[in-house]
Amino acid sequence: MTIPVDPQATERPPVSHREALPRRDPRLEQQARNRLHPQHLIALQALGRGAAAPQERWMGPQGVMRRDPHVGHFIAANGRKRIDRSGRSGPVASGAGQPAGVAKARVLPLIEIASPAFLIAVVPDMTGGRLSSHDRDVLGLARQIADADPTHQGAVLAVTFGTLREEGDAADSVGLGAAGADRWLHFADSLHDGYAPLEQLAELEAIDDKLAPRLWLLPESRTGGGERGRRLGARLLCRGDALARPSGNVYQLDGELAAIGRGEPGQVNVTGRSGNGQQDLTRPLTRIVLCEAECAEPVEDVRHAALPLEWQAASAASEVIEDLGPVAVDPSAIALGEAEFILSAGNGIRDWDGFHRAARLLGATEGASRMAVDDGFMPRARQVGATGTWVTARVYVAVGISGAIQHLQGIQRCDKVVAINTDGGCDMVKRADLSVIGDAGAILASLCQQLEAERSAGGDASVAGQVPAAASASSSTSSATLAADAA
Amino acid sequence: MKADRSSVAQQASAPLEVVSLVSLGQHPVSGRLRRAEQDARALELCLALERQSAPGAVSLSAWHASGSEIAPGSEQDQALRGYLGMGLESLTLVTPDAPGADPLKAVDSSLKAADSLKAADQPVIDVWALLVTRLKQAAPQLVVCGGQGETGEGSGLLPHLLAESLGWPLVEGIVAIESCDGAHLTALQALPRGQRRRLRVKLPALVSVDSAAPAARQSAFAQARRGELSSLASGELVHDAQAEAFGVAPARKRPKRLKRIKATSARDRFKAAAAKAEGGGGKRLEGVSAEEGAAEILKLLREEGVLR
Repeated sequence: MTIPVDPQATERPPVSHREALPRRDPRLEQQARNRLHPQHLIALQALGRGAAAPQERWMGPQGVMRRDPHVGHFIAANGRKRIDRSGRSGPVASGAGQPAGVAKARVLPLIEIASPAFLIAVVPDMTGGRLSSHDRDVLGLARQIADADPTHQGAVLAVTFGTLREEGDAADSVGLGAAGADRWLHFADSLHDGYAPLEQLAELEAIDDKLAPRLWLLPESRTGGGERGRRLGARLLCRGDALARPSGNVYQLDGELAAIGRGEPGQVNVTGRSGNGQQDLTRPLTRIVLCEAECAEPVEDVRHAALPLEWQAASAASEVIEDLGPVAVDPSAIALGEAEFILSAGNGIRDWDGFHRAARLLGATEGASRMAVDDGFMPRARQVGATGTWVTARVYVAVGISGAIQHLQGIQRCDKVVAINTDGGCDMVKRADLSVIGDAGAILASLCQQLEAERSAGGDASVAGQVPAAASASSSTSSATLAADAA
Repeated sequence: MKADRSSVAQQASAPLEVVSLVSLGQHPVSGRLRRAEQDARALELCLALERQSAPGAVSLSAWHASGSEIAPGSEQDQALRGYLGMGLESLTLVTPDAPGADPLKAVDSSLKAADSLKAADQPVIDVWALLVTRLKQAAPQLVVCGGQGETGEGSGLLPHLLAESLGWPLVEGIVAIESCDGAHLTALQALPRGQRRRLRVKLPALVSVDSAAPAARQSAFAQARRGELSSLASGELVHDAQAEAFGVAPARKRPKRLKRIKATSARDRFKAAAAKAEGGGGKRLEGVSAEEGAAEILKLLREEGVLR
């Protein structure tokens, strides 16, 4: 029997014929059956069975839970079989699911105090316009005192000066509510960004007169709360209030905290360090307390409504103490332990002149590792590390330093670390937030060049004031590209 | 700097009166009395001012407020002579009219309001009133002192109390006096991170100095021996009852705060407890040209705000 073949037809039989004859592809089915075949998943897809992910456990026909031992683990980067039941890592988490960084923000319960029985006033330092951990500790202590007696609930009043950074949401822009403040009094005059101690003292005195808080809590810090608290204490003492003598360096409150709310602060004892730090002094509580860091736990589980209060700012700028503004400081004159930006050299630097030039152009304080100091390239005072100086810089750039454990100990408090090294596997690169693997000398030279080009281009544009803006912008970009080409 | 002709003529001839208030310091380990560090830096600031002014333009005197009598050869005497060794001829002791009997422990009242409290019942003499009386009488233009005392309570309150009582402005944390004419003082104040701020204060004023100021010079033994300590009775003996009632104990080491781990699963708790400072989230540039690497670094420095 011959099947009539139409010469104009294609090689394949016509569609109707194909549909009538279902063909099985044994090769494809064998691939689908064989889990270890390289094209196993493709075969499953082709057969239309690829959608279902293999299950680890399922209910079998006999009513017993069945388990597939080949599912549930993954092969990690080092080639070993890993089981992670939290789902944090593995093939499922890496690409398919939601990004790991998205954590659902917990909405904390809001506590509102409508009619407080008394007020505890806190003046946080707000260095850099935000709450520091010291400020949070002091607010936590104030919160403990205000909440000591639930029947006699007090409120925490936060008093802030100067411009603040708005980082939170609309309701609690500065984060004072999350730190435990119920009421907020803000003096936004820009003169408080500088040094205006007498104006601030006048405001605090007015608040003390009008709102009569039971206690004033301030952080014990040189440039902020310590000075304000002592000024306020001296002013009130001279007016005759013996209870306003500040208790300094306080780290512990003992006794019944609820007594403070009732107006009997003397029942509570404070323990503070003496001036030289050698003795602990225990005394009855006074109205002004200067608290050390870590005096109490910060508020974490709840948030409060930091309701802004209406207040008439009293004073004008006084002529007695004038703030003439910050003075430019030579970075090499700043103590290494205090410097904010450090450029540090190690064994990998060959061109020392280039290093010093880069430090000068960047305006960075110079530091060195033990190798560079022992070889005599830098003085001992510049050594960073366990036996040298423990630095607390915000940005630490380590050039040619391999990162021995002693050096890493010295930089453990640094916020951002940049490493420039030829060795990509060294410990400094592991520690660093940004690492550039390459020749230190070339990178520093290129850094200097780019900085000089920008500064000269910026200088040209500012000097040529008459030249229209478009021409100056184009000239600066062209000079920058010329510099980049020449490099 | 408004001044009429008569006061300008006066200022041209009359030297600037500067008083440096000093107190007893204690060695942190041995407890031996010596010159106090911040007060020594304050005196160094005054000596630098004297050196940078015309000869005879600045008249410097150093005062120590003492509640009890200082016997020559005693520990307090040796410690105070440390200040004389910095180049002073004499030191004035501001004492009460009937100074307290010198107890065996030789407790002396320091400049700051409470005294050395080696035992619980040591008398504490309040020197605030004595100094106010004496300063009102002497009427200097500038008073320089250290920020916090080393013996006793060390509250750091006395400069503030003096400023309030006298009605003079007080500035804290000064590291250098730039210029000081009859009406105004221009000085540099220390800010955190090694920064400096310039202030102008109207005289008469009180200046307080902390450890950011330049270190004090070494004390010369012969000069210390030659100088004299002269006593000046200034008021009646007042005890600081509040400070005498303090409970004193040797300083206890405070426990380090533990990180409270708010973790839901066992894995989180383990990770948080066992985590080393890894910084594994670092960006790594390999095989890029020097320009690209440098540009990336500059970008980070600008973001952090350290590059101006």
